[in-house]
Amino acid sequence: MARQIKGSAKAGNTLIAWVIGFVIFFPILWTILMSFHGEGDAIKSPLPMLASPWTFDSYGEVQARSNYSLHFFNSVVISLGSTVLALIIAIPAAWAMAFVPGRRTKDLLMWMLSTKMMPAVGVLIPMYLGFKALGLLDTLTGLVMLMTLANLPLVVWMLYTYFKEIPGEILEACRMDGASLRSEITHILVPLAVPGIASTLLLNVILAWNEAFWTLQLTSSKAAPLTQFIASYSSPEGLFYAKLSAASTMAIAPILILGWFSQKQLVRGLTFGAVK
Amino acid sequence: MATQQSRLAARLMVAPSVILLFIWMIVPLVATVWFSFRNYNLLNPNLTGWAGFNNYYYFLTDPNFLTAIWHTLAVVVGVLIVTVVGGILLALMLDRPMWGQGIVRIMVIAPFFVMPTVSGLIWKNLLMNPVNGMFAHMAKGLGLQPYDFLNQAPLTSIIVIVAWAWLPFSTLIFLTSLQSLDGEQQEAAEMDGAGSLSRFIHLTIPHLTRAITVVILIQTIFLLSVFAEIAVTTNGGPGTASTTLTYLVYVQALLNYDVGGGTAGGMVAVILANIVAFFVMRMIGKNLDA
Repeated sequence: MARQIKGSAKAGNTLIAWVIGFVIFFPILWTILMSFHGEGDAIKSPLPMLASPWTFDSYGEVQARSNYSLHFFNSVVISLGSTVLALIIAIPAAWAMAFVPGRRTKDLLMWMLSTKMMPAVGVLIPMYLGFKALGLLDTLTGLVMLMTLANLPLVVWMLYTYFKEIPGEILEACRMDGASLRSEITHILVPLAVPGIASTLLLNVILAWNEAFWTLQLTSSKAAPLTQFIASYSSPEGLFYAKLSAASTMAIAPILILGWFSQKQLVRGLTFGAVK
Repeated sequence: MATQQSRLAARLMVAPSVILLFIWMIVPLVATVWFSFRNYNLLNPNLTGWAGFNNYYYFLTDPNFLTAIWHTLAVVVGVLIVTVVGGILLALMLDRPMWGQGIVRIMVIAPFFVMPTVSGLIWKNLLMNPVNGMFAHMAKGLGLQPYDFLNQAPLTSIIVIVAWAWLPFSTLIFLTSLQSLDGEQQEAAEMDGAGSLSRFIHLTIPHLTRAITVVILIQTIFLLSVFAEIAVTTNGGPGTASTTLTYLVYVQALLNYDVGGGTAGGMVAVILANIVAFFVMRMIGKNLDA
């Protein structure tokens, strides 16, 4: 029995929700709006700023001033590279733990999770000195390796929770029917596993794209991803509102779009299956 | 069912992950412990040898340490209060019928996807700047004196910025949890004459307990390591007014070049996080059995 919702109650709720949603979204909206105005207009008070002429200049200047596309490229390499590598290592592990669980599988999973609980600052110094000794400071290789390992526990866990939902009987049945291992993989496993793998990929790319501890500590210029690049705007001499806004807009736009597709995975992935 | 052979194959499939994580976990941790008992200062290479507990002694008796612990607690607790209370209210709001729910949801969730350095800087410059920021313009419009948020209330400002970024996460979890609430039970309670407040207290809140625990534990793990938002806004200042434990270790090690002292501080952070992690793991472990 569906309850009758009064139109006025719905209208009231709609109004409140839109106002609150707008307030929460406002910092992002304001950044986007500011990025389309000139540097001199950006520091005017809000209404004159909005009324000032619209322009794409800031975007061009960000690229000219500081090679934006290099940092964008670094962000793509680091987030995508580390996630794909972690997937390659984690898929067999998660698969084995989901379908051939042993006595120690649970302990192993918990141990992997515990490595994620370690505060990064606890191992900052050995990492930094190690990177320095190996010449990996400010290199993409070093950062991709580090982010792969940092993401690995989460990737194994997410895949495990997805794989566990694939009924093992399907595999048994198809083996009984005499399917070869190859057809088992291509016809059964891949179609069943792909959605879980895709969700894991999505969430981890987002998390790696926004990771701002290791990227700030271990890169400076050459291998700096967008997190580090934007941080360079924190110095007073770099205080250009319109350019900061343009750089920020470009840095968050791709991930905002991906993020909107990943709402469900976000809850599931970051709570390690504790809330479904 | 699983044959000897498939057991072996399974072990081989798990091995790379385990070995890599073991190296990633153990090598730096052992190094941290090792350095924390050594005299090791990059500015003073002649000073070497074992330090015993000296590094711990100096780090723990440093007046900055106690304030850093307080600041860390303030950030964690402050953000948790805002995100738990705010998240429940937002989830309740989003759970009710409205027009354009999808768009409101998108607006509410967006902050989570903003990288920490960007959120730090847009709050610092575009909103909180005492001369050109949005809030200053609004204050002037109302005839008030603009407030220098990051200088006069640095810790509160950081709590606001971090809470803004984490609010979507808690909201999403509470929303997911609310959607599994038993509708029939709600209706039965309503028919029995339970008001909406009493339904909220006796049905909704108990149902959300688990989600609240999840939010508190998982966010605490992340909040203990807040770094970028502080680095781009206040640099831990003014003075040490917004220096948290994570930030203090960074200053000690990479700005003051005191490896011994920094690693001792790092160990303190590891121990603190482990206390929280113990409860997180217990909760997730229980769930794994179910």
